[in-house]
Amino acid sequence: MENWSWDVFLDAFPIVLQGLGITIGLTLTCYLFALIFGFVWIFLRRVPFKPLNWIVTWIMEFIRSTPPLVQLFFIYYAWPMVPGIGMTLSPFTSAVLGLGIHFSTYIGEVYRSGIDGVDKGQWEAARALNYPTGKKWTKIILPQAIPPTIPMLGNYLIIMFKEVPLASTIGVVGILHMANSYGSQYWTYLEPLTIVAILFLVLSYPSAILINKLERKMNRRFDKKEALKSSEGAIT
Amino acid sequence: MITISAIEEIFPALMKGINITITVLIASAFFGYLFAFIAGLCRLSNNIVLRKFTGFYVEIFRGTSLIVQLFWLYYAIPILFGIDLGSDWWAGVIAIALNYGAYMSEIVRGSILSVAKGQSEAATALNMSRFQRMRLVIFPQAVRMMLPEFGNYLIQMLKATSLVSLIGLHDILYYGDILRSSNLSQAPIVYLLVLVFYFILALPLIFLTRKMESISKKGVAS
Repeated sequence: MENWSWDVFLDAFPIVLQGLGITIGLTLTCYLFALIFGFVWIFLRRVPFKPLNWIVTWIMEFIRSTPPLVQLFFIYYAWPMVPGIGMTLSPFTSAVLGLGIHFSTYIGEVYRSGIDGVDKGQWEAARALNYPTGKKWTKIILPQAIPPTIPMLGNYLIIMFKEVPLASTIGVVGILHMANSYGSQYWTYLEPLTIVAILFLVLSYPSAILINKLERKMNRRFDKKEALKSSEGAIT
Repeated sequence: MITISAIEEIFPALMKGINITITVLIASAFFGYLFAFIAGLCRLSNNIVLRKFTGFYVEIFRGTSLIVQLFWLYYAIPILFGIDLGSDWWAGVIAIALNYGAYMSEIVRGSILSVAKGQSEAATALNMSRFQRMRLVIFPQAVRMMLPEFGNYLIQMLKATSLVSLIGLHDILYYGDILRSSNLSQAPIVYLLVLVFYFILALPLIFLTRKMESISKKGVAS
């Protein structure tokens, strides 16, 4: 332990902390992107044209089972070189696209599980009331499908937060990037990297507990509804 | 731009890295599952010290990100404790195994806890010892519940092996980066091929996971 220096720790702390804004900002931007893009996958999978569904399913599988790091490199280094549609993107935008699209495939699955959980009678009721497709989704299906998935979506926010340091490899100046540049400047990686680990722990552990609480609360709420429904059934 | 000759040139260059990717995957999966079982069982132990200690390990590794742990093991462990992990290969394997071991230990714990209580009561009624109960009754039922998630984590671990290129191991991505830096205009085809390489490695794991899902569902009343 004689190589640990509190002086270096205190010196590096404010410098590493400067990257925290970028790290959190990138997390939230990526997450928002993934939440919106998740719906695109759902939409594409429900288009009543079998070959398209099949292709979309495999594209999702491809994105999900290949490393996000390579996808980041692809968008940052390779996209500008693609003839015709290629363009140069900033590290931040590349990270939002790369990580956002990667996680949107997971978020899409979460939405799907929520939609599958909506009772069949609700679909039939929407049809019986002659709701147009748009209204059916916004007024009946989604308000019931999304709330039960909120804890799962919250989990993905924490997972996303922990994947965001990958973006330091393409030059997004988050906390890991700050720590690495401090390390290469003064040739001491131990303290700055430890600070990064502590910051992650301090932010993600309480969030995980919060999500857990939320999950329990949600479970109770939906269980209560079920209980209510069955008791009503018993009375009538 | 996607010409046959370019692929013919890039393909063998990437093939050089497949060795490291596969050996890192196999080793980290082995140690990952091992850590998962040890930590999962320790968290169910009656010994409070053991339980708290493994809880600490699991929360630390689940609370921080793999890339930070990898760099920490790579840069900090040798400085801090003077331990030489032997090689970068071991640093990569141990980082991935510790990280995913922590995640999977939760699955081990959850599956064991979700075996119906009547099973362990029945085993007690048959005068089995605590160890026999676990080995003969609880564990075999818990393992089949773990299988699908274990399959999913195997795919996650394959994806995680790409990080070892960042500490200088010569895996598929490392050779891809070298090709890209020597000829930037080839970058699209290089990275596309790298992605295809990973996908081809992932395909058997995807089917394995589906198989495990069907195994774990077989004969279980729902």
